[in-house]
Amino acid sequence: MYEKDGEKYFVVDSHMHYWDASPENWVAGAEQYAKGWIECFHAYQSLGPPETHWSIEHFQKASEEDLMKDVFEDGYVDVAVFQPTYLKEWYTTGFNTTERNGALAEKHPGKFIVNGRWDPREGEAGIKQLEEDVARYGLKGVKMYTAEWRDGSRGWTLKDPEAYQFLEKSQELGIKNIHVHKGPTIWPLDKDAFDVSDVDHAATDFPDLNFIVEHVGLPRIEDFCFMATQEPNVYAGLSVVIGGFMHARPKFFAKVMGELLFWVGEDKMTFGSDYSIWEPKWQIEGFVDWDYPSDEFSDYPRVNTATKKKILGLNAAKLYGIEVPAECQLPGDEGTPAAKDDAQLVDDGARV
Amino acid sequence: MTAPATVDVAEVLAALEEVRDPELDESVTSLGFVASSTVSTDGFARVRLRLPTYFCAPNFAFLMVADAYDAVSGIAGVTRTEVVLEDHFASDAINGGIAARSGFVESFGGLAEAELDELRADFVRKAVLAGTDRVCRPLLAAGTTSDQLAELTLGDLPPSADRERLRSRRAELGLPSDDASALLVDATTGEAIGAQALPLHLRRARLTRVSIEANGGVCRALLSERYATSGLGQKEEVL
Repeated sequence: MYEKDGEKYFVVDSHMHYWDASPENWVAGAEQYAKGWIECFHAYQSLGPPETHWSIEHFQKASEEDLMKDVFEDGYVDVAVFQPTYLKEWYTTGFNTTERNGALAEKHPGKFIVNGRWDPREGEAGIKQLEEDVARYGLKGVKMYTAEWRDGSRGWTLKDPEAYQFLEKSQELGIKNIHVHKGPTIWPLDKDAFDVSDVDHAATDFPDLNFIVEHVGLPRIEDFCFMATQEPNVYAGLSVVIGGFMHARPKFFAKVMGELLFWVGEDKMTFGSDYSIWEPKWQIEGFVDWDYPSDEFSDYPRVNTATKKKILGLNAAKLYGIEVPAECQLPGDEGTPAAKDDAQLVDDGARV
Repeated sequence: MTAPATVDVAEVLAALEEVRDPELDESVTSLGFVASSTVSTDGFARVRLRLPTYFCAPNFAFLMVADAYDAVSGIAGVTRTEVVLEDHFASDAINGGIAARSGFVESFGGLAEAELDELRADFVRKAVLAGTDRVCRPLLAAGTTSDQLAELTLGDLPPSADRERLRSRRAELGLPSDDASALLVDATTGEAIGAQALPLHLRRARLTRVSIEANGGVCRALLSERYATSGLGQKEEVL
């Protein structure tokens, strides 16, 4: 919990990691990719305040003690959601697997939510693995990498028939939240890996699932916003948005937040620190203090304390059924359903 | 016998000024992507390009290297051209492909399925939308109503670099781009935007511009973290 000026903020870090990118874990023959990948992440850390930068050695592999201190002790986070990233072609035991996350979660009950993953190209074996993971970790969410290159396949889309089988299975197993990575990626080479139209299809056909688009489709925020405004069950995952822009490019941060608030709405935006790219502490402190820097932004929806409480924790708490202490709840339901007027606007526009 | 015309590096940079990052709609020089350039007395032009990260999208990287090659080799007096992309996970495939004048599919030995023309066109359409916001925002701030905007033509705008940039992107797509053409057109069909659809069109234009410019901001920040020195012709962004 974070407290400022008498206001109490319940914090859910809905997108964070516990990776091992140390040289000991690099796959022989793929060292340049393993090294390049973590160096690329490390460069993103430089977009945060200088006093929060780590050495590359530290960054390659944060310890359990580092994580518990950075996220919970110093970082105000009440509950953190682990999102796995396997990358086994480059990292021998995987970069950040459900198993690795799950082991830490089991040691610290109540602190973490462990998310799983699936890939429709794995067929029956994948379904079986998903059932096992649900049984073991009580999965409520999964993280998808639609652009992942695998055995000659150049990625997949959520509207593939095979993906629909996995979505049906997920729903049957009690999974509610589908986090989809739509952001910076490598493969495939020629498809536009940021295309969000597949989320549009799946969100329409699976109205009881929530689709959280991580990194808000960066660098294609426009495609994401235009899709999300039409789908009540599509959310904006703010990982990278706060970490990457708020300090390094404050004016763009204001514009991007303004657009997201307009198109997606404050009830459908969720904070994620993307630890350990960035620590949550400065992001939460800065965001609670944040407002538009000038009148230039007067066209955008206003932000107030309730907006920030929702984004920092209350929205994600609803998605994951996390109990929020009474002192951190909003009086009554101040939320408005997501941007209905805007959806209407889009519908009108589409008819012209 | 006449001595061969010598080519100045400034001419190479001027040619590279016309080469854009398709995603950011900005020249590779102003973004700081030109690491170095030399021209020998016998007209051998060499250019080294660099990008913000090791994993920047290879499709866009390929387009920039290919466009740079074409721009430089078209300079009068250049007898041979070499364009090399540094420090990128796909440097070898891209550099080899460009040197051999191969297309994208061939350069990546079966890993890619299609050439990049359609992808490029998608991004020029985005550039048209963003450019629309650049020219309309000052008018709206000065009190022009959206109904009035619907009546304006490109020629009605005061002359500006932003107007010419918008005109050239529209021309690239084969959209109407002369002074008599409507200021606000659909970036796919070229049809004029009617008054009723206009508020949404302007919202999308602003959103697209924010997206592209914010993306450019992150690229600049990552590039300056990666390289201590400025690129040739690098310019700071206008915030």
